[in-house]
Amino acid sequence: MKEKSGRMIADQTVKYILFISAILSIIIVLAIAYFIFRESIQAWKEIGFTNIILKSVWRPGQDQYGILAMIVGSIAVTIGAIVLGVPLALGTAIFLGEIAPKGVQALLRPAVQLLAGIPSVVYGLFGMVVLVPIIRRINVPGNSGYGLLAASIVLAVMILPTITSIAEDAIRAVPDSYRSGSLALGATKWQTITKVVLPAGRSGIIAGIILGVGRALGETMAMIMVIGNSVKFPKPLTANPLTFYLSKARTLTGNIAVEISYATGIHESALFATGVVLFALIIIVNASARWFIKRQSSIPTTRQ
Amino acid sequence: MINNKSISTLHNDPESLKNLKIRSTTQNVWFSIMWLAGLVTLIILLLVIGYVIIQGGKALSWEFLTTPPRGGLSGEGGISTTLGTTVYLVALTLLIATPLGVGAAIYLIEYAGELGLTSPVMRVLISIANFAVETLAGIPSIIYGLFGYALFVSTLQFGWSLLSAALAGACLVLPTIIRTTEEALLTVPDDYRRGSLALGATKWQTLYKVVLPAAIPGIITGIILSVGRIISETAVFFVTLGGSHRLPSSIMDGGRTLALHLYYLAMDTNAFDKAMGTGAVLVILIILINLSINLISGKLTARIRGGK
Repeated sequence: MKEKSGRMIADQTVKYILFISAILSIIIVLAIAYFIFRESIQAWKEIGFTNIILKSVWRPGQDQYGILAMIVGSIAVTIGAIVLGVPLALGTAIFLGEIAPKGVQALLRPAVQLLAGIPSVVYGLFGMVVLVPIIRRINVPGNSGYGLLAASIVLAVMILPTITSIAEDAIRAVPDSYRSGSLALGATKWQTITKVVLPAGRSGIIAGIILGVGRALGETMAMIMVIGNSVKFPKPLTANPLTFYLSKARTLTGNIAVEISYATGIHESALFATGVVLFALIIIVNASARWFIKRQSSIPTTRQ
Repeated sequence: MINNKSISTLHNDPESLKNLKIRSTTQNVWFSIMWLAGLVTLIILLLVIGYVIIQGGKALSWEFLTTPPRGGLSGEGGISTTLGTTVYLVALTLLIATPLGVGAAIYLIEYAGELGLTSPVMRVLISIANFAVETLAGIPSIIYGLFGYALFVSTLQFGWSLLSAALAGACLVLPTIIRTTEEALLTVPDDYRRGSLALGATKWQTLYKVVLPAAIPGIITGIILSVGRIISETAVFFVTLGGSHRLPSSIMDGGRTLALHLYYLAMDTNAFDKAMGTGAVLVILIILINLSINLISGKLTARIRGGK
């Protein structure tokens, strides 16, 4: 009897320990929000919300801490990465999910996985050594090779695996009966893909793209390495608006990482305010992705 | 008969034939484009990996791996101390994150279900916990870095150290470990649990002696994934680990991992050859990690299939 009650006590104790680890994630999320916000309060108070968000002059020496240029930098590089990366990612996902023979799948799927695992500094280095010299050859005055274009290309490759794997999952989750039904009606395989499979998997595919956006907004080191890190507001180098992408820029993430190690006082607080803006953006982006994922899973995909 | 007739008219109808031809041509064109997309993705991977390994391979030698970096702006020396720091950091981070992550997953999968019926408060707490894990997985690493800097480096005064970096890194890999362990636990058939409980074992005995051993390959996959994550991570450690090129002699010392070393070489010195060499080591490590994950998960699926 005594031995048995010992077992019961152990059982209960373990349960409480496990419970604490289960709610640890909640504590960490709250702690992250609390500490980043707490450290930024000084900046919000002394500089002011609009002076931080809407001013584009960042001069820590003269107590000017506008981050609009970095917000624009982050958004511009994300748009660039989406424009370059999404078609390729979706093409690869459709190919993997619907078209590729088994053997090709067995080769390509680990490749996409490996692409996701390569460290961001390696992408950054590749960008510096290979991409930047190529871009530098574009004959536009003031073009250094470093800038939004190099950053967009690097980022496009980095978000490719995220979007591909989520979109492929969404495509695979579409039940085969949908495909059989469409093919039986005389549709070709391609018609079935575009008119039946992709619409049915739409929410999941959109969620994948949004998560790609989240990944793009959050990328730090590779961006620092190829974007030029200029605090100036990015603008076209010549009359041609496309040269906007040859302009140097800085992302929100880069702003934090480059300066945090030596910043003190209000400067440090302003960097935490940059973090708050980034955090808020990411939360919005991820919440919308989650909304689409929920919608996807509410589609009756398991009915036989 | 009627069907046969209509089909044969269809075949002879020039409009239908034309339509069919257009549709199959469209399909061929688009299928080629999709093949091209797959091919381009593969080429990008081979290009990046091939370039880094071939160019970086020139700098690789036994000496490069076993001599410490000179430090400063010289960019000279090897990578021995950064390899050591990477190993220390991976070990310390996993030491912190693995028990917490596995424990959380066990609770969320094995205990949360039974509570839901009895206590609405607990049910809400559990769904918030799941939401929190999702949120953690989506937070960019520089935010973990900022958090680690504010809490561990400054507030708790751990300074730029292995300890600060490992604590911040543990927060970063926690969702990975939780999610993979959860998946592993879900693949363990309920019969295992019932059988053990029916023999008079307590819930924990059942988990410890029956369920967890069956879930081990999945849990190991999560741990290996986390190893890869820590090896490739830079932003978090950039603001928590300091960046000293020396080997840390205690957990209160700072240091630099391979990935950080690559960053410093590329940005602060002109030693691109050494940076590429470091990159090659990183890429080779990541390839090995991916291979071992595929090996384990291959075995895992084989076992599940075999079991059925």
